Amino acid sequence: MAKRIEASNVSSYYGSFKAIDNISMTVEPKTITALIGPSGCGKSTFLRSINRMHEVLPNARIEGRLTIDDQNIYDSDVDVTAVRRMIGMVFQRPNPFPTMSIYENVVAGLKLNGVRKKSLLDDAAEKSLKSANLWDEVKDRLARPGAGLSGGQQQRLCIARTIAVEPQVVLMDEPCSALDPISTLAIEDLMFKLKDRFTIIIVTHNMQQAARVSDKTGFFSIDKTGEPGRLIEYDDTQKIFSNPAEKKTEDYITGRFG
Amino acid sequence: MSLLEQEVPGVVMTPDHIRSKKLPWPVDLGIAVVALAVSAAVVYGLGIGNWVLVVVLGVAFYLAGMFAAASRVEGRRSARNRLWKTLIYGACLLAILPLASVVWTLVSKGAARLDGDFFGSSMNNIGARDANGGAYHAIVGTLQQVGIATLMAVPLGVLGAIYLVEYGRGKFALTVRFFVDVMTGIPSIVAGLFILAFWVLIVSPWFNNGTPRFSGFAASLALTVLMLPTIVRSTEEMLRLVPGPLREGAYALGVPQWKTILKVVLPTALPGIVTGIMLAVARAAGETAPVLLVAGGAAAINFDPFSGNQSSLALFVYQQAGDASRYAPDRAWTAALTLVALVLVLTIAAKLLARRNRLS
Repeated sequence: MAKRIEASNVSSYYGSFKAIDNISMTVEPKTITALIGPSGCGKSTFLRSINRMHEVLPNARIEGRLTIDDQNIYDSDVDVTAVRRMIGMVFQRPNPFPTMSIYENVVAGLKLNGVRKKSLLDDAAEKSLKSANLWDEVKDRLARPGAGLSGGQQQRLCIARTIAVEPQVVLMDEPCSALDPISTLAIEDLMFKLKDRFTIIIVTHNMQQAARVSDKTGFFSIDKTGEPGRLIEYDDTQKIFSNPAEKKTEDYITGRFG
Repeated sequence: MSLLEQEVPGVVMTPDHIRSKKLPWPVDLGIAVVALAVSAAVVYGLGIGNWVLVVVLGVAFYLAGMFAAASRVEGRRSARNRLWKTLIYGACLLAILPLASVVWTLVSKGAARLDGDFFGSSMNNIGARDANGGAYHAIVGTLQQVGIATLMAVPLGVLGAIYLVEYGRGKFALTVRFFVDVMTGIPSIVAGLFILAFWVLIVSPWFNNGTPRFSGFAASLALTVLMLPTIVRSTEEMLRLVPGPLREGAYALGVPQWKTILKVVLPTALPGIVTGIMLAVARAAGETAPVLLVAGGAAAINFDPFSGNQSSLALFVYQQAGDASRYAPDRAWTAALTLVALVLVLTIAAKLLARRNRLS
């Protein structure tokens, strides 16, 4: 099920501004890959390029090849919605749909994509909420508004919503940055659990988190503001955090970075 | 000496001075009473005005006295706070006063003809000496004209706003937005004249053996022209308030853009959109000029909005208020009350229907 992602010479632009330059990396199926680096270095832009969310913004465009199991997702005959169904995304801030209940939020992806059958939706809701470690907390109030949950619960609700459509890859854009340590732990546990079924790529500012959860780590950086972000080093997490090949990576990880 | 060490009463709260004295409320009340008394003495003593001046002068005296007393007891900062608070409350009261006055006038004067006859009969064959006669024909006219106008303006306006917010890029969208802004400023009489020249004089003869014809539908068209810009602009503002991450959340689930708009964006913005629509409906229901110009007004009941003269409540008020009959003013007041009540009921109904969280 889980798929391999291969980026070759990917550059993304906002209008004439080049946000990331010539990124190439391969993400193996059923692994967790962490992207780290200073703010503004293009981690999120790269992440958003993987499921074609980058182009939602006006004037945004991309160059290069991004393949998922050898299909280029930027080919002109590719259906964007199919790509996004295959590559789900969890955002930095929890964004449950405010007009929908907890239940409706979880099955939103299925329902809006045309699944009508009640038993199917019920099953999917229960399964996803269980996978997201949220079922026990919300099973008695599925009809309550999703926006009424706490921040950590909302984020797990958004994860449940994402995995309910059964994607093959899950992208996470700083999913824990607005959460307390306990909710963060819950989501990290969840990521280990999901690793059996999905390929996960996570952007994080928390280096301990990257070291804890990921199999591979990519370090992004920029030379100075206004320059495009580049991938400095991409290797096993173990290696990056113990014996990085690049001086820049070492400086960033040890906190000596400007 | 640092700022924290200076002992300026009421200005700096040092850790040792977190309590401050409060002006006791009886003193406050006393100042108000004294201020009114002094102002009454001045005004009537000098014979320069009536009670209105007493109140105005009294408020001014009260503000001055209260500020002085509070400055002494509480310090300048809290005195200024009190002064502005009083002014703000006063402004709020002043703003509500005319509204309450309007409602009171309408109810007290409109109650006289609030009877079955008023709602059950028209002005057909009602002479200057007849005390009865009603607004049935006008109510029918208003409901039909505003209803048809709403049916035309709401889909056009909401879809137009969706285009401007979700799809519109570049010059064309800018042009559309500019002309919508221009349309907002069109006086209703101009909209009426436009429909008179275009619909009544040019188009309607095609359907009526070459003779121009007034109709309620023509009035609906004019009202649509008036409602459209209001609806587009208010809907646009509401759609822009829907956070981008909500749209992205839906896109990330593989939901197509049109479905995201329909199922996520619109429901989120719905309460605001409905408020905007109801403002437009209320404005349209109160328009007199276009109805007079293109529907002609009528004394008899006409259920067919597509042919023949029709009246409307606003037009009925206008005509009755200018009528020489001694019974006409009562009819005008009751019609005005009916119009306000109608808009109020519609607004409340719409708000209830569009309540955002039917969940909780």
